[in-house]
Amino acid sequence: MPRTRLYSLDDLEDIPGTKVFTARRSRQGYYLHKFCMSLMKEENRDEFRADERAYLDKFKMTEEQKQAVLDRDLTKLIDLGGNMYFLVKLASTDGMSAQKAVSATSGMSADEYAKMMLEGGRNPAGIRSIRDKN
Amino acid sequence: MARITAGIATSHVPAIGAAIDLNKTKELYWAPVFQGYEFVKEWIKKNTPDVIVLVYNDHASALMMDIIPTFAIGFADEFESADEGWGRRPVPVVKNHIDLAAHIAEQLVIDEFDITLINEMDVDHGLTVPLSLVFGQVEEWPCKVIPVVVNVSQFPTPSGERCWKLGEAIRNAIKTFPEDLDVQVWGTGGMSHQLHGSRAGLINEEFDRKFIDLLAHEPEELKYITRLEYLREAGTEGIELIMWLIMRAALGYGVEEKKRFYRVPASNTAVGHVVYEAKS
Repeated sequence: MPRTRLYSLDDLEDIPGTKVFTARRSRQGYYLHKFCMSLMKEENRDEFRADERAYLDKFKMTEEQKQAVLDRDLTKLIDLGGNMYFLVKLASTDGMSAQKAVSATSGMSADEYAKMMLEGGRNPAGIRSIRDKN
Repeated sequence: MARITAGIATSHVPAIGAAIDLNKTKELYWAPVFQGYEFVKEWIKKNTPDVIVLVYNDHASALMMDIIPTFAIGFADEFESADEGWGRRPVPVVKNHIDLAAHIAEQLVIDEFDITLINEMDVDHGLTVPLSLVFGQVEEWPCKVIPVVVNVSQFPTPSGERCWKLGEAIRNAIKTFPEDLDVQVWGTGGMSHQLHGSRAGLINEEFDRKFIDLLAHEPEELKYITRLEYLREAGTEGIELIMWLIMRAALGYGVEEKKRFYRVPASNTAVGHVVYEAKS
């Protein structure tokens, strides 16, 4: 007997501009995340800063993920399975605040984003559902 | 017997921890946030518990990568502050109450919560920022802390309803512990926020305020908010609010609300905070 559920997991893909961090995305980002978590030690941050490419080559990440790290393309990294809680370790290694890291994925400049937050944040009206356009 | 005396909920934004550590709490941006915690800092002086059961989520500091438990309990003697990429927060080591932690772990499994025990982990801002907000900058935390870690990041997370039941089970466990202890249960995280993509910076003040309105006296209504609804209404990280439900359920039927506070923004997030004294 199939169980009745309140909604299908496919509905998680119905939120505009949002990549819900599912088990599959978690697997896709696993080696990228291994790299990010390695930056929780100062000696590893130093080694990464000294030669980014050589350091990245120690991890089983895809070439695309490595290039996106080198480019600091956080939007791309999220497309490639990344989750902000891991990526923020990369941002911190660069001395970048969490707000700047988040704003870098939003399509807005850091200043525009900071201003929006001071004015009460982004209103959810119209961006709850792709299907329902509300 | 052990008693549940009070509950606290608060957001655990990392930038709040940084503002405390770098002495920025009086700055124009931060002062209104910290003002909201003046009450609890005074209140806790007369209401310091023996033990806090502190419900939080790990932010890819100890978990989320190799092992992803839905519910876990910290079972080490001590927990150090994690290095989240900018060095460890300069806060005291967190000391566990092993006997109560063991009792809770056993009772939860008997009550069909198959909780994971963690014998070694560092604790990140999710746990240390609430302690700093309430106790300030201290040499030692004035009580023991039992970390309860909830997966709210990798989907599917537990449902709000499941979290409510966990809170009830934690309540039953604490109340059957034979030692004479005052115990508080804290729920952390939230309120609305989303940390990536074109919806980044989402704040839903109406949703947040309604959540705080109902939490004290009509929390049953909040139990049935679905995961999908949290995501749509409160953002991908706003679902951390399910951890407030664990705290609320642990307090039992009646509470007296001593404080409520809401403020936008702290970094990317809406800050919410409540203090409840338990009546039963």
